[in-house]
Amino acid sequence: MEFKGYKRAEGRYGVRNHVLVVSSVSCANGVVEALGRIFPDIVTVQHAYGCGYGPDDWCTSFNMLSGLVNHPNVGAVLAIGLGCELLKAEHLADAVKGKPAEALVIQQAGSAATTRKGIDIVEGFIRQLKGQKRETAPLSELLVGLKCGGSDAFSGVTANPSLGVAADMLVGEGAAVVMGEVTEMIGTDHILKSRCDSPELGEKLQKLILGHEKYVKNALGELAGMVIAPGNIDGGLSSITEKSLGCNAKSGSTPIREVVDYSARPTKKGLIIMNTPGYDIDAMAGMAGGGAQIIVFTTGRGTPAGFPAVPVIKVSSNSTTFNNMRGDIDVNAGSILDTGKTVKDVGREIFECIVRTAGGGLTSAEINKSSVFNCLKQGATF
Amino acid sequence: MNNNALKVNPRDNVAIAIRQIVKGEDIVIDGVKLLEAAEDVAPSHKIALVDIKAGGSVIRYGEPIVQAKDDIRRGQWVHVHNSQPIERD
Repeated sequence: MEFKGYKRAEGRYGVRNHVLVVSSVSCANGVVEALGRIFPDIVTVQHAYGCGYGPDDWCTSFNMLSGLVNHPNVGAVLAIGLGCELLKAEHLADAVKGKPAEALVIQQAGSAATTRKGIDIVEGFIRQLKGQKRETAPLSELLVGLKCGGSDAFSGVTANPSLGVAADMLVGEGAAVVMGEVTEMIGTDHILKSRCDSPELGEKLQKLILGHEKYVKNALGELAGMVIAPGNIDGGLSSITEKSLGCNAKSGSTPIREVVDYSARPTKKGLIIMNTPGYDIDAMAGMAGGGAQIIVFTTGRGTPAGFPAVPVIKVSSNSTTFNNMRGDIDVNAGSILDTGKTVKDVGREIFECIVRTAGGGLTSAEINKSSVFNCLKQGATF
Repeated sequence: MNNNALKVNPRDNVAIAIRQIVKGEDIVIDGVKLLEAAEDVAPSHKIALVDIKAGGSVIRYGEPIVQAKDDIRRGQWVHVHNSQPIERD
């Protein structure tokens, strides 16, 4: 199957053609926000760091943000910096390959003049992007993120298995799908290991999951058992393995082809595992940084969170959440519970929604401009 | 016939109630009546599709998720009261 996307010089296809204005450090967020008020249709990214942290966190945020400025859904980039920070606007603009990118530094001109310069640059970008047309591309050009959050007892019954059906259909088309949230794989390391397409890859994934298990135990101490919480048990889950299998269900049934670092771009097609935490926004940031053009996000309790420049398709596990949050949810897998639809039926609906979204159809989160940004940070601030 | 339970994987020996099931009620999956509920089963909870001997694996998503603590009869509710996590090396 095919979709129509924006072909980038480096070869990938975008499903959107956004002007992105991004801060390199939180101190520059005021100018980014001002440009967002003036141009409501551009995508803005304001974040909380960019300075005052250690080299590991610098690398994580630089890798993620350079993945985002190079994202195929982005057509042009303006980076706003302060001047004295660790992660500079020039670093981000220089990282952009094959599309227009500019950097502005507030300490050279002040906020007002920087905003005025930014207005001229953004107007120029908008003019440039207007002439660009979508071109036909095979679905195999897609990288789709698989995410669950705010799960309930039915997430592993309806929404995640349905997303698994859609993931298998995408892989069948030659596309790549990426699942993160390694903490949600605890208790299934031996099962996921056997799904890897080589013993070496299996060892790598198992080691990663066991590392997260140890990390969770260290961080939570006696509360580590809360990974399977009393609420989970009330919902019918009898072990951490059962809970994690319900999360893994969204990956479908195809072999695991590659295990990549946080926000790293996969080199293979098929099912990819990315090392992300479970925290929704950090996990989506990793997938976006890795180049996922679309993220499908299942939810039981309901969450409106989208992500900058990446359409996020919401799938509810039950109809109460779908009805309570009308306008936030794109596909209702709760229909399996109350209208007799099958997991396969809803899987096909999700697949169709992905194809529609790839061709330009807006998701609820895009219509609502629910564009939430954060990036993984593990160390201290100074 | 209205479904009241789901079987996720063909290998599974438990089904998942998609609404409250009461003792004696027919369990209907994919429009087919498979068995009778031996006890009440809450929505999203598991029900045994076959007899599972003590120590035997409970299979969901096609994988062992827990093992039976005691013999579990077909139609019974399966949860932490009659199953336990599988010991791993």
